[in-house]
Amino acid sequence: MVAVQEQTVSVWKNQINPKVHVAGSGPAVVFLHGAYGLTWDPFLDTLAEQFTVYAPEHPGTTLGDPDGVKALDDLWDLVLYYDELFAQLGLDSPTVIGHSFGGMVASEIAACYPQRVGKLVLLNPIGLWRDDAPVKNWMILPMEEVVKAAFYDSSGPLAQQMLTVPEDEKEAQDLQIRVTWSLACTGKFVWPIPDKGLKKRIHRIAAPTLIVWGTEDKLVPPAYAEEFGSRIANSQITMVEQAAHLPHLEQLERVSGLVRDFIQP
Amino acid sequence: MDATLCAGITPIEQRERYYEAHDLILKAWTADDIFAWNGKYYQLPKVNVWPRPIQQPHPPVWIPGLGSLSTWEFAAQHNHCYCFLSYYGPKAGKNVMDGFWQFIGERGIEPNPYRAGFLQLVAVAETDAKAEALYEKHIQYFYNKSLHIPPEYFFPPGHQDYRSLENNIRKGIFKSYFDKLDDIPNWKFKDFVDEGFVIAGSPATVRDMLTDAVTDLRVGNLMVLLHIGSMPHDLTLKNIDMFSSEVMPHIHDMWDNQWENHWWPEKLRTKRQASIAAL
Repeated sequence: MVAVQEQTVSVWKNQINPKVHVAGSGPAVVFLHGAYGLTWDPFLDTLAEQFTVYAPEHPGTTLGDPDGVKALDDLWDLVLYYDELFAQLGLDSPTVIGHSFGGMVASEIAACYPQRVGKLVLLNPIGLWRDDAPVKNWMILPMEEVVKAAFYDSSGPLAQQMLTVPEDEKEAQDLQIRVTWSLACTGKFVWPIPDKGLKKRIHRIAAPTLIVWGTEDKLVPPAYAEEFGSRIANSQITMVEQAAHLPHLEQLERVSGLVRDFIQP
Repeated sequence: MDATLCAGITPIEQRERYYEAHDLILKAWTADDIFAWNGKYYQLPKVNVWPRPIQQPHPPVWIPGLGSLSTWEFAAQHNHCYCFLSYYGPKAGKNVMDGFWQFIGERGIEPNPYRAGFLQLVAVAETDAKAEALYEKHIQYFYNKSLHIPPEYFFPPGHQDYRSLENNIRKGIFKSYFDKLDDIPNWKFKDFVDEGFVIAGSPATVRDMLTDAVTDLRVGNLMVLLHIGSMPHDLTLKNIDMFSSEVMPHIHDMWDNQWENHWWPEKLRTKRQASIAAL
């Protein structure tokens, strides 16, 4: 385990005060988390062995700053907000890794500000839509259904961890509030269909891009890997077997190796 | 659910949008002249309501709610009537209404029962046994088909703002609801009545149960649902007739010696008394 520092920064005329988790040393890597909120995990640990990892919490999902999300109206505001946050953290053109919802945000940043993103890594991103392979609406799925769709091994320890409710009543309530609010805040930018026009802008992405997809993903079907890959000029796709929506955790060693090889200078 | 899942409104924006719509409607009702509305959700270059409302300054406003703290605050701030659209009767609604009156008390607002409304399913027949024979299948239809909604659809994340979410989870406000729902498909007439979901039976039974419920919840404006589920036209008419002749006259004025209903159209307040007396 690396030492993770938690830094609170003020952005957007001090109306948004996200916590940024920072660890490691070396070239800067930004990690943008998915809809359920940020949890520092073993994948980030392995990245921090070689890089300086910045993992910001999305607006509103930071404990104590639930109203931060009110300062942003839409996806366009969110992209501008991340431009400000990067500037404030002194990041010129870091590698940006985005998972799921975070993958969509990373793609949008890279498309709107092609110079802002040095390299781009997309882990099962949302952001595109096919009628014949609809993305499941995770916001109205019971947790048991989410776990079945999101994990290759839905009875394994990693999946079961997601279903575990803390014994302490207060902790259980805290968790329920935190997860519900993370879904609410991230959902602001994608409800009701996670297709907000990225397909018109995605051709602007200039960063070398690695697309990683778990072959068993039933939330965001693997057919989308090709949808992203064919639209980003300098991109490569790696399909990861025995993994679903969280390939970087289900196949930690393989995916962290891939990502590290891709981003090292 | 209708707004978020059917019409695609973003859950976290739903409340804000509702507040803006409320402000727009009140301004449209009360403004002396045509105006432009530059809102976040509505941009209307010419707002010109016609015909004009008769009531001055505007018709009474009733705010529907399911127990969110923010809705209580909103209703109190504007002096509107708060209507709890429970569908699950006075027992399940007690938690929420007690919370509402505690909220009103803490703010030093006059605890006029007409400040609150409550929705209640009611079924009346000549005897308790006849009510069971006539209404059971329609009540079962209503709860098992019309109101058969997965809990996840009720509250997509963001539908409740952060403070209401926190309040409801910490106080377990909806637990009493959802704990029961799984069992409903097995319920008979007696279960629906015992749990208070439906107040049903002879006129005397319904009078007594409604009086207890209204007193206990302290509600002045009772919204009675008399057409329940698959109830056919003639049975619905019978229910309405029996309710309005055998039940309503006995309970309609139970708060009136102490309180005035400021949330009823002013010109109709005395007519209401007269028309009920005529029955």
